[in-house]
Amino acid sequence: MNETLPRTAIRAARTNLVWLALPLIAFAVAVVWLVTTDPLSGFRNGAPPVENLTFERTVLDDSGLRLLVRAGGSEPMTVAQVQVDDAYWQFTQDPPGPIARGRTAWLALPFPWMLGEAHALKVVTNTGTTFTHEIAVAVPTPQATAGQLRLQALVGLIVGIVPVAVGLMFYPVLRGVGRSGMAFLLSLTIGLLAFLLVDASAEALELASEAAAIFQGPVMVVLAGIGSFLLLMAVGRRGGVPTGLALATYIALGIGLHNLGEGLAIGAAFAAGSAGLGTFLVLGFALHNVTEGIGIAAPILKQRPPLWTFVGLTLLAGGPAVLGMWLGSLAASAQWSALALAVGAGAILQVIVEVGAYLMRQSGKRLEVFLTPPVMGGLAAGVGFMYLTAALVKI
Amino acid sequence: MGKSGKQDMLGRRSLLMGGLAAAGGTAICAGAALAQQASHGGGHRMAASDAMAAPMPSMGHGAMITVGDVDSAANGFDPTDMLTDWDTGTVTTLPDGRTLRTFEMTAEDREIEIAPGIRFPAWTYNGRVPGPALRAKEGERLKIVFRNYASHPHSIHFHGIHAARMDGVPGAGMVDPGDEFVYEFDAKPFGCHLYHCHAMPLRRHIHKGMYGAFVIDPDPERHPDQIDVARSRLFGTPENAGWQELVMVMNAFDTNFDAENEFYAVNTVAHAFMKRPIRIVKEKPVRIYLVNVIEFDPINSFHLHANFFDYYEQGTTLTPTLKTVDLITQCQAQRGILEFTFAEHEPGLYMFHPHQTEFTELGWVGMFDVVEALA
Repeated sequence: MNETLPRTAIRAARTNLVWLALPLIAFAVAVVWLVTTDPLSGFRNGAPPVENLTFERTVLDDSGLRLLVRAGGSEPMTVAQVQVDDAYWQFTQDPPGPIARGRTAWLALPFPWMLGEAHALKVVTNTGTTFTHEIAVAVPTPQATAGQLRLQALVGLIVGIVPVAVGLMFYPVLRGVGRSGMAFLLSLTIGLLAFLLVDASAEALELASEAAAIFQGPVMVVLAGIGSFLLLMAVGRRGGVPTGLALATYIALGIGLHNLGEGLAIGAAFAAGSAGLGTFLVLGFALHNVTEGIGIAAPILKQRPPLWTFVGLTLLAGGPAVLGMWLGSLAASAQWSALALAVGAGAILQVIVEVGAYLMRQSGKRLEVFLTPPVMGGLAAGVGFMYLTAALVKI
Repeated sequence: MGKSGKQDMLGRRSLLMGGLAAAGGTAICAGAALAQQASHGGGHRMAASDAMAAPMPSMGHGAMITVGDVDSAANGFDPTDMLTDWDTGTVTTLPDGRTLRTFEMTAEDREIEIAPGIRFPAWTYNGRVPGPALRAKEGERLKIVFRNYASHPHSIHFHGIHAARMDGVPGAGMVDPGDEFVYEFDAKPFGCHLYHCHAMPLRRHIHKGMYGAFVIDPDPERHPDQIDVARSRLFGTPENAGWQELVMVMNAFDTNFDAENEFYAVNTVAHAFMKRPIRIVKEKPVRIYLVNVIEFDPINSFHLHANFFDYYEQGTTLTPTLKTVDLITQCQAQRGILEFTFAEHEPGLYMFHPHQTEFTELGWVGMFDVVEALA
């Protein structure tokens, strides 16, 4: 009996292997048949190939314009000529030659662009199809110089780290709140997170629509959001339901991921010349984010964590804004900003669920807790504050 | 997002960069163009790259030019050759002693390269765009044998004087694919005319390339009081040989079919005469038979740099209809004769282009390379 078991197991494994190989072989045969006999030739009606070109990055510097384009045609595409403002300009392509589906190439034009003005680019392919790209406001693209990085870090610091730190500084004051005050603060956190969830999702979908079709933007956003939500839920609940410092850390992480996406978007918009980061706008972002610090502080009010945890939480929630600014202005394309925002949205959803669960446990009630005056007041205050302060930064 | 506070952040440094970009742009062009040029084949790479490499006066437009060269050998026609390539048909004598001039014409679908690297699915007469430049003498009997080898019905509608039956409109001389029709009429009036397809939809048939110049020279014997002028206009006479005659058909192409032209040119190829200027011998006067056939834009024009010309509207007179002008405008199918000389000029490159700057910057611009007579 003991000897026969492994043999049957081996036989079963072999049979399984055959069953695994069979569909793969069948598919391979189908591919070979399609390629060799070409039964689809009847569909070939003389129509030109489908062409698609996405402009992912535009760089303006003292040598002119450079464009990163991604081909999305049914066949490799050839860029034949490039117009700027209805005039043909010499250009060089790197790498030269036809651009395969999904691949990118840089087009460089020695075009004397005009500061602060708009320019319209038009790429003409060898079939005569055209693809246009608008430079809304021509400004020099930020370079990775020490000065530029410092400047962006400063902006990231003000919009990301300072408000979180300011919010956390309310900690000593908030420690004295009673039971309903606590419920108010937690629901305030849920409210502000709900606002961020809607805002980030909408922004991610909008950015995704600008990305090349090959990335399937909206699907990518939804899947990345759900994926990050489930992953964080699973990680968070590994050692039981997160409370206290663990919950605060998850809130900080969710806000941090959101700030990363936000930073990418601001950085990219800034690089494209479509965003001017004036003092007013930067302060608006800072005010908008102050409640984030209060939200992070809420779950740890009844504990007395060491000081360094506050520093850590601040960096976790606010630091990614700096990183996002750098990446966004120097390298990111629409699809990466969308992806970061989607991951952030998933993380925020996880935090909403956990803070909600924490709130229900605290009160000892179940879902009815959301109908109590302090909680409803907190939710309204959170969403309302975020909505009103967002008016300062949405243009 | 707004640009309210942006100026603070950008500051003076970026302003400086913008200025540098403007200055640097022109300097870079020579090297940049050559890099891309290598990837294009093309019959005239030598001539073109010579023109690019040296910072000659043609670089006034800097790097603002199409990249690469059109393969004229593959196209089967060359914009420079077409300037002087007249189709005079075959000549026989009728029983009554009159001259019968017979032209053979076909309609063919052809993909042609209308600008470097850009393929256009054209409809052509005799495989070329514009079609052959027909040339006859006033009073001759003309016979045009037209065979349609293309995929759509086509016709030839001549601007001239003829019977309704010969008009080349639906119901009169429209030719189905595989069929043939013979247009017959007298060559009159003398002048600079054109022909084009008049099948419907008319706009698409013209825009796809079905047009050409149709020149009827004056018969000197019919114009005794201006016999010298008429003789200088008559192809093949010694007086005519003293002129440098060029035929230019101003055309344009809408390559993405959005009812707006992407490329403008004379004789089809954008920037052809920027890359290979037209050689003009300084002492010999110049006569241009200019025809406008562009679609979508209401007018076209011709402006000559550093010189003035006399203009004969539709070429139907022997005295200029406009004297001493440097710009004329033409709507579609309008045409005329330009006469000028560079005899008193110093040799060099003299530009010509329409004074719709948009057309100029989209390819319709060229240079006359005025040289001393060869020893």
